[in-house]
Amino acid sequence: MKITFERRAALSRPVLFAAPVIALSLAMLTSLILFAALGKPAGQALYSLLLEPFVGWYNISEVLLKMGPLMLIAQGLAIGFRANVFNIGAEGQLIIGALCASALPVYFPEGSSPLMLPAMIAMGALGGAAWAGIAAGLRVRFNANEILVTLMLTLIATQVLNYLLLGPWKDPHGFNFPQSVTFPDAALLPILLTGTRVNISLLAALLVSALAYVMMRHRFSGYQLLVGGLAPRAARYAGFTEARAVWVSLLLGGLMAGLAGACEVAGPLGQLQRSVSTGYGYSAIIVAYLGGLNPLGIVVSAFLMAALFIGGDNAMVSADLPVAAVFVFQGLLLVFYLASLTFIRHRVILNWTRRA
Amino acid sequence: MAPLLQLSGVSKRYGGVQANAGIDLRVDAGTIHAILGENGAGKSTLMKLIYGVERPDEGQVFWQGQAVALSSPSDARRLGIGMVFQHFSLFETLSVVQNMALIVPGSKAELATRIRDLGAAFGLSVDPQAMVHSLSVGERQRVEIIRCLLLNPKLLILDEPTSVLPPQSVALLFDTLRALRAKGMAILFISHKLEEIRELCDCATILRQGRVTARLDPRQGTAHDLATLMIGRPMPPPVHPTPHGLGEERLALTALSFANEDPFGVSLKDVSLSVRGGEILGIAGISGNGQQELAALISGEIALKSSASSVTLMSHPVGDLGAAARRKRGLAFVPEDRLGRGAVPDMSLADNALLTAHSRGLVQNGFINRKAERAFTAECITRFDVRTAGPQAEAGSLSGGNLQKFIMGREMMLNPSVLLVAQPTWGVDIGAASEIRQRLVAMRNAGAAIVVISEEIDELFEICDRLQVLHKGHLSPSLDVAATSVEQIGTYMIGAAA
Ligand SMILES: Nc1ncnc2c1ncn2[C@@H]1O[C@H](COP(=O)(O)OP(=O)(O)OP(=O)(O)O)[C@@H](O)[C@H]1O
Ligand SMILES: [Mg+2]
Repeated sequence: MKITFERRAALSRPVLFAAPVIALSLAMLTSLILFAALGKPAGQALYSLLLEPFVGWYNISEVLLKMGPLMLIAQGLAIGFRANVFNIGAEGQLIIGALCASALPVYFPEGSSPLMLPAMIAMGALGGAAWAGIAAGLRVRFNANEILVTLMLTLIATQVLNYLLLGPWKDPHGFNFPQSVTFPDAALLPILLTGTRVNISLLAALLVSALAYVMMRHRFSGYQLLVGGLAPRAARYAGFTEARAVWVSLLLGGLMAGLAGACEVAGPLGQLQRSVSTGYGYSAIIVAYLGGLNPLGIVVSAFLMAALFIGGDNAMVSADLPVAAVFVFQGLLLVFYLASLTFIRHRVILNWTRRA
Repeated sequence: MAPLLQLSGVSKRYGGVQANAGIDLRVDAGTIHAILGENGAGKSTLMKLIYGVERPDEGQVFWQGQAVALSSPSDARRLGIGMVFQHFSLFETLSVVQNMALIVPGSKAELATRIRDLGAAFGLSVDPQAMVHSLSVGERQRVEIIRCLLLNPKLLILDEPTSVLPPQSVALLFDTLRALRAKGMAILFISHKLEEIRELCDCATILRQGRVTARLDPRQGTAHDLATLMIGRPMPPPVHPTPHGLGEERLALTALSFANEDPFGVSLKDVSLSVRGGEILGIAGISGNGQQELAALISGEIALKSSASSVTLMSHPVGDLGAAARRKRGLAFVPEDRLGRGAVPDMSLADNALLTAHSRGLVQNGFINRKAERAFTAECITRFDVRTAGPQAEAGSLSGGNLQKFIMGREMMLNPSVLLVAQPTWGVDIGAASEIRQRLVAMRNAGAAIVVISEEIDELFEICDRLQVLHKGHLSPSLDVAATSVEQIGTYMIGAAA
């Protein structure tokens, strides 16, 4: 038997929607086998991983809480990915955003001004953008690869965070834990759903998703980015400059990641901690691709990924899975998804006749 | 004896388009068989079926009398079928010899020698070490042909091989093809140049809208008869422009020099030209002599930071400006490579219209006006007779000639003060080619300044007022078409003129 791939004339709509489902099923199947091989209760593990996040209001609200930053960051990243600008360092931009936002409550721990929160959010967003802007500047000026630069900037950001939390910003009454003072109420985001930790940043993330949709579908600036990603020579021919695409992509990506960082410290954390991000910046890359780099798709994939986060925590407890198993599951999901994407563009032809 | 290749009742459908319908074809060893037809008639599709790129929906393919089901080009190559595509299939980031090594067995050093030898023998010289991205379309075509010949196939498929080759190379290529035929090779040959077909081919099959409408011996009857069979009406007469008054200078290059950083690219030395409203200047020359660089320097894809005044548009220095700024000043440009540069293959025609027509009310306050975009595209499709399913069709699904018509149409509809066109009728069928030439002349008469970069001498002589020849980065002085001859241009083209 011979298998060939034939390019479709147009994208296949059914496959576009089926691909994430197929990827999820395959990832489940593979991890079932893996978990069983590890000698863990595979059924229990999958239950914790996939179903438990949706059981009970508390679990669902925790999913919504994690969904916000993932969605926010992924929307920003997806814009760049579609323009072939690969910002891999959202994690670092998030950390810098969290740092910048924390500066105010750290220096004014008794502050009560109503302007404190908006200023923190703005500083966080701008800080993230500036951090990504370093990569943009280096790329435009020296043609330095933005994948490497953003990744390395993440390592630097982590060290800056460590330095501040172990030194100048450490809470003097914090029993020497590497964390800042707890923020005053004026530095905290209002809760959206009473009785849960879900705050209004979820609304901001949804708003950003809508804006991203409008930009990529209806704005000329979004179109220019798309052309640059699909056919760089056509972009040059039309006079859409690459430098602009690099700046826009990285600044938007950094802005969103910084915003997410600010919302974390001003939201569920209420202080600056070393664990300000639990890998949101990296997971958002998966979220962006799982969502087909499409703003609407990302809303869905952010929800699924958030559920997986919660499920992963559950599985570690109830099925005694190592934390790596959760990452393996996420990785499987991405690999299968990218593989099934091929079918959106190509038709598979199985040829049973023997070759001449 | 069974024919080398036989097709019976072969059909292929793409969505709503029946590209091939019930085609019967027989190709014997030792013959050169022409496939003729208008743009979009289904020629390339048929060749892709034979080469295993696409699979027929219906019908059978027989190879030396045996039914075969080809599912990939490597199957076809194993049988002894080689193909040179209309749109190229080379990897741009690899060198010529690396590209060859992907499908031709043998060490790289050995291949490089064979490439040089073949190139010298057939007048298809290319540097084996050159990177493909630095080659012009014409040079890429040579690479593709050489790669195919290296495999020594039994059946050679050439999809419009001559549209981007200079006349001298075409003559040498034909000698080669005749020699190969004498050795028993069968050749399937697609071209829109009917004189070539009459000169070279033993038999011809004419397609129209995916069906075979005639089989004949092209040597009997004139090009005129062939054209009539092909496009269903007589061949349109040439359109020689009549002299008339000239406007002010619109585009000028003054002692423009450009040192190419790419070691395989061409550097331009002291290039000067001037075009006024109401005239067509032709840039003749064999591709690979700096045409690409010249076009990019005029279009703004290459901007010279330090010498703004070496390029002027409407008397404004623009040498340091990018493509968008120059377009704003009234320049439009049709590049030689349409897929990936003149158009984004994965986007719809409507979105491809937006690429350069965005300033024509297609964008308002930064928002894309879909209605205006669609209207512009639809008008381009009807006015320039682009055969396609509609504004939503992806550019990559159009036949070669139809995409060329679309891009020409889009740029002409911008009503530019200066129009720069590289290879205006490349791959376009004779009916449409004459239509395009007529429109170029009409634009000239309406006062536009036009620069045509072409390897087709006949075309240049037909529509241009003046000619300059590019050779190894030097541009000849301007020659009046009325006062020069093909021979004189030819001597400039090979650098033999004083
Ligand atoms: N991948 C595709 N998807 C959809 N339609 C296609 C595709 N390839 C070709 N077509 C359609 O099939 C028809 C035949 O195209 P084909 O490329 O075979 O024409 P052609 O005779 O080679 O024309 P040309 O002289 O312009 O090269 C056209 O209408 C074209 O739009
Ligand atoms: Mg074709």
